[in-house]
Amino acid sequence: MFQFVLRRLASAVPTLFIVVTISFFLMRFAPGGPFNLERPLPPATMENLMKAYHLDQPLWNQYLQYLKNAVTGDFGPSYIYKDNTIAELIGKGLPYSVQLGTYALLLALIGGVIVGTLAALRQNSFLDFLVMSVATTGVTVPNFVVGPILTLIFALMLSWVPAGGWGDGSLKFLILPVITLALPQLAVFARLTRGSMIEALHADHIRTARAYGLPQRAVVITHAMRGALLPVVSYLAPCAAALLTGSAVVESIFTIPGVGRYFVLGAINRDYTLVMGTVVLVAIFVIVFNLVVDILYGLLDPRVRHD
Amino acid sequence: MTFMKLKFGTAVLLGSLLIGACPALAEAVLHRGNSGEPQTLDPSQTSLEIEAFILKDLYEGLTSYDAAGRIVPGAAESWTVSDDGTVYTFKIHDKANWSDGTPVLAEDFVFSMRRVEDPKTAAGYANILYPIKNAEKVNKGELPVDQLGIKAIDAKTLEITLERPTPFFVELLAHQTALPVNKASFEKNGADFIKPGKLVSNGAFELAEHVQNDHLTAVKNPDYWDAANVKLDKVIFYPSEDQAAAVRRFEAGELQLVYNFSADQIERLRASHGDEVRVTAALSTYFYSFDTRIEPFKDVRVRRALSMAIDRDFLSKEIYSGAQLPAYSLIPLGIATYGEPARPDFADWSQLDREDKAIELMKEAGYGEGGKPLNIEIRYNTNPNHERVAIAVADMWKKTFGANVTLLQNDISAHYAYLKEGGKFNAARAGWTADYADAENFLAINLKKNPVFNYGRYDNPEYDALVEKSYNEKDPAARSKIMHEAEAIVLRDQPIAPMMNFGQLWLVSKKVKGWQDNGSNDHLSKYLSVEE
Repeated sequence: MFQFVLRRLASAVPTLFIVVTISFFLMRFAPGGPFNLERPLPPATMENLMKAYHLDQPLWNQYLQYLKNAVTGDFGPSYIYKDNTIAELIGKGLPYSVQLGTYALLLALIGGVIVGTLAALRQNSFLDFLVMSVATTGVTVPNFVVGPILTLIFALMLSWVPAGGWGDGSLKFLILPVITLALPQLAVFARLTRGSMIEALHADHIRTARAYGLPQRAVVITHAMRGALLPVVSYLAPCAAALLTGSAVVESIFTIPGVGRYFVLGAINRDYTLVMGTVVLVAIFVIVFNLVVDILYGLLDPRVRHD
Repeated sequence: MTFMKLKFGTAVLLGSLLIGACPALAEAVLHRGNSGEPQTLDPSQTSLEIEAFILKDLYEGLTSYDAAGRIVPGAAESWTVSDDGTVYTFKIHDKANWSDGTPVLAEDFVFSMRRVEDPKTAAGYANILYPIKNAEKVNKGELPVDQLGIKAIDAKTLEITLERPTPFFVELLAHQTALPVNKASFEKNGADFIKPGKLVSNGAFELAEHVQNDHLTAVKNPDYWDAANVKLDKVIFYPSEDQAAAVRRFEAGELQLVYNFSADQIERLRASHGDEVRVTAALSTYFYSFDTRIEPFKDVRVRRALSMAIDRDFLSKEIYSGAQLPAYSLIPLGIATYGEPARPDFADWSQLDREDKAIELMKEAGYGEGGKPLNIEIRYNTNPNHERVAIAVADMWKKTFGANVTLLQNDISAHYAYLKEGGKFNAARAGWTADYADAENFLAINLKKNPVFNYGRYDNPEYDALVEKSYNEKDPAARSKIMHEAEAIVLRDQPIAPMMNFGQLWLVSKKVKGWQDNGSNDHLSKYLSVEE
């Protein structure tokens, strides 16, 4: 088990290297640069800026320099947020995104599994149709629609919660962004759980368990759930990586100071180092959560034990 | 940042929100929506309007703005100008202090302006101070920084020598790039001097806290020379880049000022909020540039015809709901030293007459129906409003001339990089917002020697000579006349087709007192107060 983890972590290094390399060059092939704004800069100013940020050097040099610095944890200064380094920007924003994302993930996972299980147990009943229509709506209605509607109802019409901001990070500030962020994922979890639970309930070992006269509760929770959770767990990795690294849309709708916006802002403004920083961040989260999921898989499914 | 600190910081914010809502505690707090996160608090690096709002609250230049956006003495209480108009001597206010209690010295300004021109600083707006003697050479690395034409005569007297008379020089000194940096603090903290807890500033407010993308808190600076007249105890800037979200927070009473919101909200907001909705013409022009290097746009008749066929009233009303005003002049209204701008002949005709004349001109030039085919590609930067404008203009050109119009959009960086680097085009969207309230700022974009801004490479020696002449004219009336002649030439030749003047859109709560709309869009918090 320990060796398996080590092996996986070691294989993450070349993966990260490839991700960094591809995104470094892709980013540079986009036309324009970090200093081409609506207000054009005079040539002398441009030259000074390119020099100050070493953008006047050959691309190959810049790449090697970036790799060298990145290894030591230095991801460079931001071209756009000039007062900050990339490490500072991500270091300050990440705790907010992770906190918000964790709540959303828990809500989506627990809510989705419960709802999906209930729907599976009452397959083709009114409850099933209701849950699945709500879930389909949850997936199809984008969060830039859900967020403002929730704000209109709960902040403007009912005045129960603030319309935006992180505030003191208490429930009343976070509840709307968490729901907005969780809803589409909750719907996915519910659909996945329902499908695999229906399958699991028809499996031979469940029929055997029923034949032994085990109570419904024990059959579902102890025996069927274990198999039914496998697809849910495999979706957990990309979902957690996406939720914990922030959402540009939800963060800007609710003015949350997280890191989600940096990916979009960085790309639009050609803030090369910021884009690279967020790419590396997301890559690390994906790698780590894939590893976690593989370990969980082993625990749930005896056929995939890692020894 | 640890969670402890985070919690403490947010607790302060919540506390201030509560206090703001509770008159008994009587701390005057302004909650100011600012439509985006500042990229820097360093005057040498700033480039955005939303930064200027914060910087002008934190720092004060030699000159500053009053509530109506007019130039008034700032850190300098008075100044004299030599007879030839090239030497300015500033007397720094006796009581001008930094937020750490030390006096503001002439030396601080020498240090700050040298820093702006130092090529190593790579200041984005270094050219704002190019009128200072040797500034351009220093900025290009051709002369050492100590050759910059600025020196401290004594602790409180500053002398600035210019390359040549620059009638709008005191306007430039109020620009955010010319704001002073505390020398001692910079030398001690290096690049970190702008961080909360370290930033020493000389404005009406000082930086207390900055949580990026959440809020920035500035508190009253007790050491400011005019502190007695500053009514607010605290200003909190909220960087709400989602305009609709900022409007919702205004409607929920969480923000008292909101800058910039979607124009299609104007009608709805007017109905519910009346004159809390403020639309003011900005010193800003929206135009299409024509590439004067290539056929058929080389031909002044083609350019004039195309410009005439654009129905500005339609664009203003139907696309911008009146948030942008129809414009025919290069220079917007509202520049005190310039007055009424020049107008092209067709500005006073009806749209129908313009179209008839346009068809005639186009025929003369040999294009359009019956002539050579007219193919036009409109380039614009990605933005729903710019797209709607491009579609409408394409339709106008199609209907008037039977032109074959295609659209090409690029994101903002790619769009401007292409134009700046001299890429060929047909018609391209661009805009210009004044850095300082002087007509020269708009005229300069059409100069031949200014290829970076002159996208269409307009080249008219007569025009260039007039602009050059205006630099050396000291009499304001005569200078204004020369500049009007220059503007008339551009409007005759239409290397660019001015279409609209941007409107500044503000939501100003009834509780905010001391607010005055102004074209230069300067709204220092020191003039504002909040009534409960």
